[in-house]
Amino acid sequence: MTTPPLLGAEGTPPLLSAEGLHVTFPGRHGAARARAVDGVDLDIRPGEIVALVGESGCGKTTLARSLLGLVPATGGRVTFDGKPLDYSSRALKAYRKRVQLVLQDPSGSLNPRHTVYDAVAEGLRIHGYGGDERAAVAEALSRAGLRPPERFFLRYPHELSGGQRQRVVIAGALVLEPELIVADEPVASLDASVRGEILALLLRLRTELGLSALVVTHDLGLAWNIADRVAVMYLGRIVETGEVEQVLTAPRHPYTQALLSVLPEAPGDPVVLTGEPPDPSRIPSGCRFHARCQILASGEAERAGVADACRSKDLEVLGGGGGTQVACHWARAQVTT
Amino acid sequence: MTLLEVRNLEVTYAGGAAAVRGVNLSLDAGQKLGIAGESGCGKSTLALALLRLLPAGTRTSGEILLDGEDVLKMKWGRVRAVRWAGASIVFQGAMHSLNAVHRIGDQIAEPILLHRKATPAGARKKTGELLEHVGLPAARADAYPHELSGGQRQRVMIAMALACDPQLVIADEPTTALDVMIQAQILRLIEQLVSEQELGLVMISHDLAVLADTCDRLAVMYAGRVVEEGPAQQVYEDAQHPYGKALSAAFPRIGDTASRFAPRGLPGDPPDPSALPSGCTFHPRCPVALESCATEDQSLRDAGAARWAACVHVGAPVPDARSTV
Repeated sequence: MTTPPLLGAEGTPPLLSAEGLHVTFPGRHGAARARAVDGVDLDIRPGEIVALVGESGCGKTTLARSLLGLVPATGGRVTFDGKPLDYSSRALKAYRKRVQLVLQDPSGSLNPRHTVYDAVAEGLRIHGYGGDERAAVAEALSRAGLRPPERFFLRYPHELSGGQRQRVVIAGALVLEPELIVADEPVASLDASVRGEILALLLRLRTELGLSALVVTHDLGLAWNIADRVAVMYLGRIVETGEVEQVLTAPRHPYTQALLSVLPEAPGDPVVLTGEPPDPSRIPSGCRFHARCQILASGEAERAGVADACRSKDLEVLGGGGGTQVACHWARAQVTT
Repeated sequence: MTLLEVRNLEVTYAGGAAAVRGVNLSLDAGQKLGIAGESGCGKSTLALALLRLLPAGTRTSGEILLDGEDVLKMKWGRVRAVRWAGASIVFQGAMHSLNAVHRIGDQIAEPILLHRKATPAGARKKTGELLEHVGLPAARADAYPHELSGGQRQRVMIAMALACDPQLVIADEPTTALDVMIQAQILRLIEQLVSEQELGLVMISHDLAVLADTCDRLAVMYAGRVVEEGPAQQVYEDAQHPYGKALSAAFPRIGDTASRFAPRGLPGDPPDPSALPSGCTFHPRCPVALESCATEDQSLRDAGAARWAACVHVGAPVPDARSTV
């Protein structure tokens, strides 16, 4: 079941939206196909910051890449500004001017032989920018907090600290004045003290430029710091989504509960799930989380009378809009009983 | 009993970078000491110095007493015997620390064969036991590193560090590249091993929250010095040094409304170890610096029971600035 894209809390239609999105990769040597993204609805409204949270291998990076048109969707569709994404190279080029990607690991995403100026100006050159290139680069650098920008023009990445490199990457994304940025683990490789500075920068860009952002991360603290909404992904699906305050302080899905319980300062006993997230080429039947679910293992689901459903009945895809939703038989039984 | 005692350790690299500038630490068997700080603060250099793993041409002075014996004065043969068997290191980035073309079982057996002169069959048996101990099936000994996930590789690194039954384990960012759930698994494993085998643990990380959760005591390093030391929870929750405060505020507590839409960091970059600022090295980034901080260096001062901080705003200077645990 796919719900039509909901209108935002402010009644604004989403800027970027995924509807029933599937991305499958063929298996090697006759192995089963990997369903990296297995039915996702997700909306990002103008000026909104959405955090997409999950473990490695849950499909969050593939989802982000397919939203950017870097990986073609095998099912469902991506719409931007009300229009379905056009995969012709000319249309994609125009699209990528409006939606920019910020990669993790700034050391790997900057060319060591390009100066800061060249790194930031590259996007302008590709898109045949007609205005004053120097002024645009200076503007982007100072927006990203590298001031005075002229001092950084001729520097090479190895002369910069990790935080400064990440700012250069962000400046490179900002120079084309995008409406939305997709940031994949923007602070994972940075020091604790620099982390807050970069996150504050993302918030400031939203206030100053009305920039929307999808932040892909495994760091729940990051979502608490800057996101309006959070979507928790497990094995190709979003299993819980809603306002950050709601989802992170009163999580309803056992997976979200477990993720929050293992944070160092979390109250109560940590629920350490054993094993690694299962293989996307062998998604379990029933609820995809049931094999690792602590609620099912403890007999809690049995008492609530949903254990059979957990093992046999898959849950529908959650809607992409604003409201708090959870894909869990047990959590739903809690509300109705 | 004091297992490790570091006295006035200084490390200067061949290029002139003063990476460690007078560090005093001590650790008992069965105790866990966390060392926190940003990249470039000298925490990894300190770890390498403990086993004399620094590049040739590096000048090291001070004392590193491992079970009463000074590592810096040992002959090379003795240093080699102490590595792995006396103290071992779990390096950061398990992907790069394992040899990609050797089976993990052979890599774990290598130090056993070198040190114990166990028979190859005995080493193989021990390898199987070690793998089970860190939560991997013994049959995985035949796997190559690329066949394992990041968390499994980190478990292999820990098994390797324990191969020769050391008394001290130094873990340098053991969970940094891992997911929260895998991180929780690895931290729990480390805690369990330390308490079972009465090991001493030195854990290095930039994540104060993780260290506070795992360790007994916490030392915060800045520009090659310990600027704050004390019981882990106290340092994390109520840091006395402005740098300690900034570091602990960088990790939001979920549910704390003050950090909602207000990520906190520390402006500026860590100082370059070859061109340190004058006075207190933290003064250019310090929100509460006084005029005198630009010229007057601070040593550790008393900041409560078994607590020290090197800041002009904290208590009175300790006559003997050396900290003891």
